[in-house]
Amino acid sequence: MKILVCISNVPDTTTKIKLTADQSAVDLANVQWIINPWDELALTRALELKETSGGKIEKVTVMTVGTQSAEPTMRKALAIGADDAIRVNAEPQDAYFTAQQIAHALKDEHYDIILCGIESSDYNGSAMGNMLSEFMELPAVSSVSNIEIDGDQVKVNREIPGGYEVVEPELPFVAVVQKGIAKEPRIPSMRGIMMARRKPLKVVEPAEAEALTEFVRYEPPKPKAACKMVDADNVEELVELLHNEAKII
Amino acid sequence: MNFELTEEHQMIRETVRDFAEREIRPVAKELDEKAEFSLELTAKMGELGLFGMYLPEKYGGQGLDTLAYIIAVEELARVDGSQAATLAAHNSLGIGPLYYYGTEEQKMKYLPQLCTGKALWGFGLTEPNAGSDSRGTKTTAYPDGDDWVINGSKIFITNGSVDISVGSCVQTVTKTLDNGKKEFTTFIVEKGTPGFKRVSMHGKMMWRASDTAELYFDDCRVPKENLLGEIGQGSKIMLSTLDNGRLSIAAMGLGAAQGAFELALQYSQERKQFGKPISKFQVNAFKLADMAMKIEHARWFLYRTCWLKDNHKPFAKEAAMAKLYCSEVARDVANEAVQIHGGYGLMKDYDVERIFRDQRLLQIGEGTSEIQRLVISRHLGL
Ligand SMILES: Cc1cc2nc3c(=O)[nH]c(=O)nc-3n(C[C@H](O)[C@H](O)[C@H](O)COP(=O)(O)OP(=O)(O)OC[C@H]3O[C@@H](n4cnc5c(N)ncnc54)[C@H](O)[C@@H]3O)c2cc1C
Repeated sequence: MKILVCISNVPDTTTKIKLTADQSAVDLANVQWIINPWDELALTRALELKETSGGKIEKVTVMTVGTQSAEPTMRKALAIGADDAIRVNAEPQDAYFTAQQIAHALKDEHYDIILCGIESSDYNGSAMGNMLSEFMELPAVSSVSNIEIDGDQVKVNREIPGGYEVVEPELPFVAVVQKGIAKEPRIPSMRGIMMARRKPLKVVEPAEAEALTEFVRYEPPKPKAACKMVDADNVEELVELLHNEAKII
Repeated sequence: MNFELTEEHQMIRETVRDFAEREIRPVAKELDEKAEFSLELTAKMGELGLFGMYLPEKYGGQGLDTLAYIIAVEELARVDGSQAATLAAHNSLGIGPLYYYGTEEQKMKYLPQLCTGKALWGFGLTEPNAGSDSRGTKTTAYPDGDDWVINGSKIFITNGSVDISVGSCVQTVTKTLDNGKKEFTTFIVEKGTPGFKRVSMHGKMMWRASDTAELYFDDCRVPKENLLGEIGQGSKIMLSTLDNGRLSIAAMGLGAAQGAFELALQYSQERKQFGKPISKFQVNAFKLADMAMKIEHARWFLYRTCWLKDNHKPFAKEAAMAKLYCSEVARDVANEAVQIHGGYGLMKDYDVERIFRDQRLLQIGEGTSEIQRLVISRHLGL
């Protein structure tokens, strides 16, 4: 059995976002790049499954659509424990584009479980995983909070209002994973970092694919308004402000 | 010239930083307050592969270079001096002499377990009456049949007494020559050897969660296989071990300075007085500018010194300079960082208070600042 984990290369979640002068793009100079947090948890679960599978899972592959600049992030995934990596050499444009690229690159490959994080922390589109399953003509399970392997059967917890249901999808399938899939991302060990250098990172050329999204303009959120202090004795003023200024009562 | 860190060095920095933030930061204050050595954190640092990281894989190491090791110490010290001390003393002083001077048999016997974080090793040089004057040590060893018999005592030995400390290398006098000069020889003494007593020292101002010990040798008998290097090689072993150790003390200074600087930078932007953040007062902004500048100087000089070592060039003079400079930068930056915190900087609830105490050792341990200046001036032919 083989697992593929799709990895998106995103700005560190603590990055202070700046826009270019004409506001047509995010200014990516000096940005620190990381593995998208959901994808990192997906990878963690994939590795846990491999380690406890008694050899049944032969390998965990990580995959990204990205330019050369995404390679440190892929090396990190290898250092954490993935066995090999594939990078489709293209600037990712939107979910539609990315899903087509991955589907194309996997045309002649076979993976039993394909894991995608629910969203990437930069554009939060929440679309790629399901689009991928459509392009690959595979079943998809979304809202996945746990995956277990039981003999030849894969059991997937799918979150539903008030609880979860357990589904047993046919292999291969795509799982869109979210909160609960793994406890904490793993920190690579020094040995892992050393070994990452020797693990294969295959670069494949992109397919013809279109993007459906056009980015027109970015607007930063309005700065938070200053906090207005009302004297503790002055309840009337408070009520008046809540009525007429904040308009919440 | 290429000043860019490799992808691997950057990944090591990020990894150790993540580890220190996630595992060490939440418990550092309490360990410091209780003066408690953490077996758990030591084991976790072992799992991460930090112990013996510069040793070849056949001895259990990771085959990393000096710069990688120094970056790891720097990142630990950015968060906590005690954990950085446990690692730095073990790697540089503890296993250094075993690796550089041990026989193949000794290396295979000791090093693999010392790379796990489940066993530590000390370096016993300093004595109550011989600190800076390291040639004034009085602990002796004489041969007796197939054994050597050691008598004397050592003080301030890092990683010397905690339960998982499985032994120490000990500097002894094996002969006094006719001209009054002493012959120094180093021995391996394992925990549990009859006549070898270890007492942990309490009441430290800094590095409170690290282990510091007194070692006593009372007709302590070790087999002749425990001779490290050759008879009379002790002085050389000691000096080269200290050269290496200075790099890791420098790294602790750099990390402490970086940690204090980040805390001060953040605090100065949050704390408001006279209606604005205190960072808006030029005197504070300039302080932060000076701190940032000194840290950059310290970092690149230290990294270059690592580069010298990794490229098998002489680095003893630079190691003394790096140790001296980084430890004094740590002092200046920690001092100003506390100043920027005002009264809160003196409170244990603020990490900057711990950094302020922890950095104080760096101008004293492994050769005081005065001794570093002596070493540097000797290299200048003075
Ligand atoms: C927490 C801690 C951990 C340590 N870990 C270890 C360890 O693992 N192994 C080990 O062997 N040692 C260890 N040490 C010992 C440390 O290396 C010594 O404390 C240090 O070398 C200074 O020696 P001293 O304390 O005897 O001071 P002294 O040598 O008595 O110095 C006192 C003062 O006199 C000055 N002075 C001395 N000689 C001169 C001179 N010629 N010219 C100008 N000024 C001079 C010094 O600079 C200093 O200011 C540790 C110490 C501490 C506090």
